[in-house]
Amino acid sequence: MIVDSYKFLPRSFRPLYEGRGPFSGEEGPVWAPFDKRLAASRICLLSSAGLYLDSSQPPFDTEREQNEPEWGDPSWRSIPSTADAADIRLAHLHINDADIRSDPEIALPARLLGEVAAERLVGSATTEHFSVMGYQDRRLDGWRQETVPALVASLRDQQADGLVLAPA
Amino acid sequence: MPVLARWIEAAGIPTVIVTMMPAVAEERRAPRIVGVEFPFGHAFGMPGDKAMQRSVLELALRVLAGSAAFGTRVDIDIEWPVPLREAYKAWQPKEASPIVRKLLASPQSGEAGPQGRVGR
Repeated sequence: MIVDSYKFLPRSFRPLYEGRGPFSGEEGPVWAPFDKRLAASRICLLSSAGLYLDSSQPPFDTEREQNEPEWGDPSWRSIPSTADAADIRLAHLHINDADIRSDPEIALPARLLGEVAAERLVGSATTEHFSVMGYQDRRLDGWRQETVPALVASLRDQQADGLVLAPA
Repeated sequence: MPVLARWIEAAGIPTVIVTMMPAVAEERRAPRIVGVEFPFGHAFGMPGDKAMQRSVLELALRVLAGSAAFGTRVDIDIEWPVPLREAYKAWQPKEASPIVRKLLASPQSGEAGPQGRVGR
């Protein structure tokens, strides 16, 4: 089965995504080979649902986005693999948050990855997963200059062998 | 988000992106892609449906570890178990996002997508 990429998108929005091609400077292939066996690998998750921990982290800045609709908060949050689902919130103005609030695993399946690791399908999960807020301004400067270097440093610190990303 | 995958991949860490818009991820040149025909906000499936979530996660892990070349895309054969009209309405925010409100106020003025230029 080939997925219809526009099935759930309002029809009038389709031209904003379809046929736009790669971003400037992002035309060529990038490739990091996955060398290990999956059962010996450490895996990390990243969601763009704007997840944060209510008990200890500030939400993504949606107030500024309300005032500056072209702007999106480029910061990131570290979500421990052991985080209590009831403590996970999301700040994202572009989706209905009810389902993710009721089950954060549909955006960041940290508990499930832990179970898969316990069964040795993968070697282990990182102790920290990540979230960003997927709506960003056109230039992506915040992601490029700060968020991605920080994420890469943390992925290396945690000896992640691979990353599963999921947009909201 | 495909560009985020590209930048992390370029730093030497293999990535796979699980996305409702795999055709867009291909256009944006993501290295490895798993396509899901699910409403936005539901990359790994229905809330509470652990079997569905596991199917998606396992496929993502296999594509991450087993893809032979850049641009590999595998779509998952799962039908969303909610009627389209209902699911289409359910994923959308209760209030239009700021950029959508702005575009509706002046439809010719912008190029931004409603879910963000890179959110998908």
